[in-house]
Amino acid sequence: MRGRFVETTTDLLDHDPRTAVVLADITAAAFAPAAARHPDRVVNVGIREQLMVGVAGGLALTGLRPIVHSYATFACDRVYEQLKLDLDHQDAGAVLVSVGASYDGSEYGRTHFSPADVALLDTLVDWTVHVPGHPDEVERLLRGAVGRDDRTYLRLSTQHNDLPHAGDGRLRLVHRGGDRALLVIAVGPMLNPLLHAIGGLDVTVAYTNTPRPFDLAGLRALVSEPADVVLVEPYLAGTSSRLVADALAHVPHRLLALGVGRVDLHRYGSPADHARWHGLDPAGLRRAITDFV
Amino acid sequence: MTASIQQSGVDQLAPLLRRLTGDEKHELSAESTIDVIWVLYDRVLRVDPARPEADGRDRFLVSKGHGPHAYFAVLAAKGFFPLSWLDDLAGRASPLGHHPDRTLVPGVEIGSGSLGHGLGLGVGVALGLRAQGLLDPRVYVLLGDGELDEGANHEAIAYAGAAGIDSLTAIVIDNRSATHRQDLAGVFTVHDWSASSVASHDHDELERALRGHTAGRPHVVVADVGGDR
Repeated sequence: MRGRFVETTTDLLDHDPRTAVVLADITAAAFAPAAARHPDRVVNVGIREQLMVGVAGGLALTGLRPIVHSYATFACDRVYEQLKLDLDHQDAGAVLVSVGASYDGSEYGRTHFSPADVALLDTLVDWTVHVPGHPDEVERLLRGAVGRDDRTYLRLSTQHNDLPHAGDGRLRLVHRGGDRALLVIAVGPMLNPLLHAIGGLDVTVAYTNTPRPFDLAGLRALVSEPADVVLVEPYLAGTSSRLVADALAHVPHRLLALGVGRVDLHRYGSPADHARWHGLDPAGLRRAITDFV
Repeated sequence: MTASIQQSGVDQLAPLLRRLTGDEKHELSAESTIDVIWVLYDRVLRVDPARPEADGRDRFLVSKGHGPHAYFAVLAAKGFFPLSWLDDLAGRASPLGHHPDRTLVPGVEIGSGSLGHGLGLGVGVALGLRAQGLLDPRVYVLLGDGELDEGANHEAIAYAGAAGIDSLTAIVIDNRSATHRQDLAGVFTVHDWSASSVASHDHDELERALRGHTAGRPHVVVADVGGDR
């Protein structure tokens, strides 16, 4: 996904004079050819993430469309107040693109994890959040975001599904179960392990790569009454529970929210290991869904 | 009370400050930023209250957003908004509060208050103008000596110096408010900025310092306002 991001952004820089990129060393080498052609619109501030977001806010105030990029923990966790004040409070837009989501950087340990990024952005105002599930989804989401003026977060991952799915912001029906089937919603790269978890279970599966704004109307249209809903999110468990609860405020329902746990495991290993430890591998998902039913 | 804005000089701001503060005895000398902001708007900045969002304007970013009385008094005196706004500071429907909000006040470039945000924004504004071929406007950022304790400033100072952003001028109001005093000009010059240090009550000297930038380097003006305001 990072490669698609660099390719698409480089093309946008070549063709859209409003586009600018702000980096804090991460991925700077891949942007070197673009920086050579557009030295005024590819800015690498060095290892200075507070400045990275401040510069983006300033660029936006002059009318440019900044694309800001770093590791998720440095692009969200570390610079929370810059996102709040240098973008939100100034009414300035930006496209924030992260890599290393959740435990993608498993071998680097907790200092490089960011399972809480989407939860943090949820405390801010009107962020669009895209979580592509496949490299082919990245380009369309990025071009759409750059064409707007809002604040968008594009969460790139090394985990991905076997196949891309179209993303128009709405929940997309992937598999239709029976009339009384459980509704399971997979966000981004969680679709693949989910589809490997549900063999023989009566579930309806829906997919989204745009959890913010959450497709609440689509959710209401997909549930039966009473409703049983399972969320499978690649970031902090429960991040979207509030929205599902609001959408179903007048519908009797049960909700199971699966995602990354809150505990600091103090472990390295592979992303697959962490998925298993957080119950997000097919066996863990199947166990949780079966228990819920 | 109707303020006269026909007078020349900073004294005309006194009645406006009294309207803002509701304090009949409020003295100009209580406002640490008043000389700098007055000289900027009266002599230096190329801004037009009739076109506060003109592309080619100079940008003045108040990073030290605390205590914006002098800023609001000068903007009102120069016609950016009606003098009547001064009578309801921080009221329920007032555009003016104890920290400025760019979405509410014509001529205000950034919302500020939490210290250490303005210089990074200013670097971005300077880069954004240059990227669009707007090479004439200057970007001025007003900071306080206490505000320079915030680490975010030092990211901006180091980068602006290394990148040679020469359309940028930082102004540090030195009212001795930092708990641990540092060499204020030195913080910048070590990163290859040019620096002028002035006493803020001398408006001619202040104007020279505010115009003291040279090609290839950002510029800082350290304005000593004394330790009692």
